[in-house]
Amino acid sequence: MLDINRLKVDVAGKRVLDDINLKIDKGEVFVLFGPNGSGKSTLLKIIMGFYGYELVEGSIVFKGNDIVGRKVEERVKNGIGIMYQHPPSVTGVKLRQIAQRLTDDENKINEWAEKLELTEHLDRDINVGFSGGEMKRSELFQLMLQEPDLLLLDEPESGVDLENISIMGKVLNGYLSHPDKSALIITHTGYILDYVKGKKGSVLMDNRLWCVGEPKEMFDSIRRSGYEKCKGCVCPQKG
Amino acid sequence: MSSKGLDARFSTEDKEKIIAAGMDLTNDTRKGTFVQEDSDTIVSESFTKDVEILSVKEAAEKISDFQEYWGKAFDAIGKEYDEETDGGYFIRVKAGAKVEMPIQACMFIKKQGITQKVHNVIIIEPGASVYLITGCASAKAAKESAHLGLSEFYVKAGGYLNFTMIHSWDNDVVVKPMSAALVEEGASFISNYICLDPVKDIKMYPTAVLRGERARASFNSLIVSHEGTLQDIGSRVIFQASNTQAEIVSRVVSLGGKIVARGHLNACADKVKAHLECRGLILSERGNIHAIPELETGFRDVDMSHEAAIGKISKEEIEYLCSRGITEEEAQSIIIRGFMDVDILGLPEIIKNEVKKIEEKTLREGL
Repeated sequence: MLDINRLKVDVAGKRVLDDINLKIDKGEVFVLFGPNGSGKSTLLKIIMGFYGYELVEGSIVFKGNDIVGRKVEERVKNGIGIMYQHPPSVTGVKLRQIAQRLTDDENKINEWAEKLELTEHLDRDINVGFSGGEMKRSELFQLMLQEPDLLLLDEPESGVDLENISIMGKVLNGYLSHPDKSALIITHTGYILDYVKGKKGSVLMDNRLWCVGEPKEMFDSIRRSGYEKCKGCVCPQKG
Repeated sequence: MSSKGLDARFSTEDKEKIIAAGMDLTNDTRKGTFVQEDSDTIVSESFTKDVEILSVKEAAEKISDFQEYWGKAFDAIGKEYDEETDGGYFIRVKAGAKVEMPIQACMFIKKQGITQKVHNVIIIEPGASVYLITGCASAKAAKESAHLGLSEFYVKAGGYLNFTMIHSWDNDVVVKPMSAALVEEGASFISNYICLDPVKDIKMYPTAVLRGERARASFNSLIVSHEGTLQDIGSRVIFQASNTQAEIVSRVVSLGGKIVARGHLNACADKVKAHLECRGLILSERGNIHAIPELETGFRDVDMSHEAAIGKISKEEIEYLCSRGITEEEAQSIIIRGFMDVDILGLPEIIKNEVKKIEEKTLREGL
């Protein structure tokens, strides 16, 4: 599904990702850990093709094609979908407008809005005055309408209370139980792992990927010993 | 003069301009219609006994108290006005009448090189309420023409006037409207101005005078400035009575033209509540926006504020829409259309949807 090779990325002349290799198979969920500022979000943004990141070297192959240089909307149409950690507010643009861009099926819009408790938000300006939980539900809502093959989830549980995590976790688990759907998930708290079963996990630290392992186990180890320990660990599979 | 067959009177090209200025030429959704082409009145017809619609020429002969109004609103604000005009409408809504559907007036310039000079009088008798849509447009062939429009509004005690003016000119037409509104006790005057098409030069500074307690005024504008355009547009409210309130709200977008967005709130009484808001987007390096908000009072017990913000569209917002599969150009256009928010106009649902459609179409084609 996704194959990243020897990726080097600069932001404003500074190296932020160095020699990243990452492979996600069809139907696989990959979990990314790492301290703040280690470049996790940058990795998702470069996969999306966002502005401000310079790809110095390497390739990003999605469904067999190198997507480097492709426009954001082309990548989206190709089947990549992102859940923002902090989506911007867009005054004057309604959530419903975006929903109608993502699908022609009004029933689907209404069903998902109801399921994610967003019916009243459909006619509000997108993210304007939304609470943390509402923003995340709205992000997930848009993804469910888009039906991407590869989900990029940037801390889906941050700023969300336990009740909302449960709603979102169940939806994500349902979606990702489909054998064709894959995901790359960034998590800090690990809460999402209670709902979504990741197959592989890795730590991104000092601009590099360190080890690859079973996500739950890795997370428990990080919780016990912190990230620094990862560097000393003899990795079973070098990223 | 009857409005029958009005639709068939205009060429397809002219009709497009007139409809873009908010006119319903079938009259199905209107309670009255006035149409002037160059200096000729083509239609003046009311579909309800609650509303009188006449050309001013006719009104000067038939309306007994006509002279009590003619020019008096300009006198009240100390403005000299051009006495040599050629046409215009007289509209009066009877006391207590609530006119559910809008009435419409259209000023159309057909000929090349002419100056259309009109003088309009609008009277809302006590307790009456009405929506008036005024569309001003020019034919494609009306090169180097000018439009000078004088408008006087009298909104009497407890009356309500929602006046929406839509301009659909061309890039070599010069436009200079002058308006004054006298708003009495407990009355409301809402003035909406929409100008999305190119024009050469517009200069206007409509003024509302709140003369009785609890009088209210609201000026809202949506303006797009195309390359080679100068739009000097302001609104002024003079608060002569206590417990009055007003707001001036504008959204301006420069695609390369110059916009001067003025606003002046002058409280000459206490317990006044007033707010002025101007937001602008500059989308071209040649664009220029100059916001000049003014608050003035000698009274302590007033609540007056203003905010102005000018900027560009944030890259992050465009990228966000792109991440939902929308192209960059389309994302920019969606954001601009959202910025030019028809909801600020204080329009009832029926007119709002119409104006929204006009705006969508004009911006889709114009951006």
